[in-house]
Amino acid sequence: MQNLKQTSLYEKHKELGAKNIGFCGWEMPLQYDGILKEHSACRNSAAIFDTSHMGEFFFEGNLLFSGVNEATTIDVIKLPVGKCKYGFILNQSGGVIDDLIIYKVSPERLMFVVNASRIDADFKAIQNCLESGVFTNSSEQTSKIDIQGPKSKEILQNILKFNLDELEFFSFCESTIMNTFALISRTGYTGELGYELYLDNEIAPKVWDKLISLGATPAGLGARDVLRLEMGYSLYGNELNEEITPLDAGVGFFINYDKHFVGKEALVKQKEQGPKYNTIAFTTNSKRAPREDMEVIQNSQVIGRVTSGTFSPSVGMGIGLARVENSLFDKDAPISLKTNRGEISITLTKLPFYRKDK
Amino acid sequence: MAKKYSSEHEWAEIDGDIASIGLSAYAVEQLGDITFVELPEVGSNINKDDSVAFVESVKAASDIYTPIGGEVVEVNLELEDRPELLNENAQETWIFKLKISNMDEFDTLMDEDQYKAFIESL
Repeated sequence: MQNLKQTSLYEKHKELGAKNIGFCGWEMPLQYDGILKEHSACRNSAAIFDTSHMGEFFFEGNLLFSGVNEATTIDVIKLPVGKCKYGFILNQSGGVIDDLIIYKVSPERLMFVVNASRIDADFKAIQNCLESGVFTNSSEQTSKIDIQGPKSKEILQNILKFNLDELEFFSFCESTIMNTFALISRTGYTGELGYELYLDNEIAPKVWDKLISLGATPAGLGARDVLRLEMGYSLYGNELNEEITPLDAGVGFFINYDKHFVGKEALVKQKEQGPKYNTIAFTTNSKRAPREDMEVIQNSQVIGRVTSGTFSPSVGMGIGLARVENSLFDKDAPISLKTNRGEISITLTKLPFYRKDK
Repeated sequence: MAKKYSSEHEWAEIDGDIASIGLSAYAVEQLGDITFVELPEVGSNINKDDSVAFVESVKAASDIYTPIGGEVVEVNLELEDRPELLNENAQETWIFKLKISNMDEFDTLMDEDQYKAFIESL
């Protein structure tokens, strides 16, 4: 695979016999021993994922006067130190430039975690809002390992110097792992108890090996995608893009309108008029998997397309999300997907597709 | 019983005038964990290279093209509930059986060594 960037864990993936794919300019592991096995490790034990391709930016300055609070839908002034929050970077039309998490490290310091494919666009969009402060892209120097699953806490505790009981959901802590600076947050993209570790490139391979020796199963992007879709989480490029607002994508509930942000006027207007699109969640009632871009059919016409689809091992059926035009969509009429092997009838459902302790 | 392979990665094993059709270990490896198999209809007449069945894995989907023509006489219904049998043992897990209409079609397929060389060339 030519011209693809490699993470600090590339050699580790090779040792483990990973099947790699090109993803957003990076050569990343799609799977190791198989998506089903890795998925099951995450739901029942603990899995680790290399997510070092993701971007990390740091801002240092006055949060109120620098303009940084305009840049995203997240209110970084209200956000308590030690907490992180999910939100969006929008364009003037309310279209999603990216979804991200902001960490409030101190009253004057923030970390932004963004999608690999959007690093340049995001950096520019945030920079455009800034009148002061120091804003840096540290993506290349930062490795990231996610440990997710019911056993993630007891495994991770072994290499930490603080008690993980103290870390609440969407909280984080700056500490050390193997005598090197690390940031640990109780967050994830799987719906399981889990943590994301932001690490120096040098130490990341050692942490990776240590977590495996303590019982974590390496899992690739294939399992990660199935796990996030079972929870109904959006993926940038699938559910979200610059032509689509968070309201169209069904994630408007993440937005707080108490402060100003780029794109707010467009969203307020769209809220009054009603969004153009609706994002629906559905199952196939069989093992058939819906696939991205399949047409959604209702009353003999195309009303939208599948944005994400997979077979769900936890649900035992095909699951998917689709973006449909509100003016054509009837929530009570029969609905199906068009495939080159006939139509698949689907049933609308509520998110998440999978609930723990069912 | 002789076993031969097609360039679409199906195998055919003959026993008298009946051929069992399956997917090569290479094809299954490429697909990953198989989660769904759509079988052909018993009694249907199919021609060589027709797309007659369909498999899906978590991340991919693939048509199954019959390497020989004939009448479908049996399908492996166990695969509807346990598609993972293909991952566990692709070489022994037949998907359907057919009554061969033209034995010449079998003869033109690749033998084990030719198929090995073929996948190495991919």
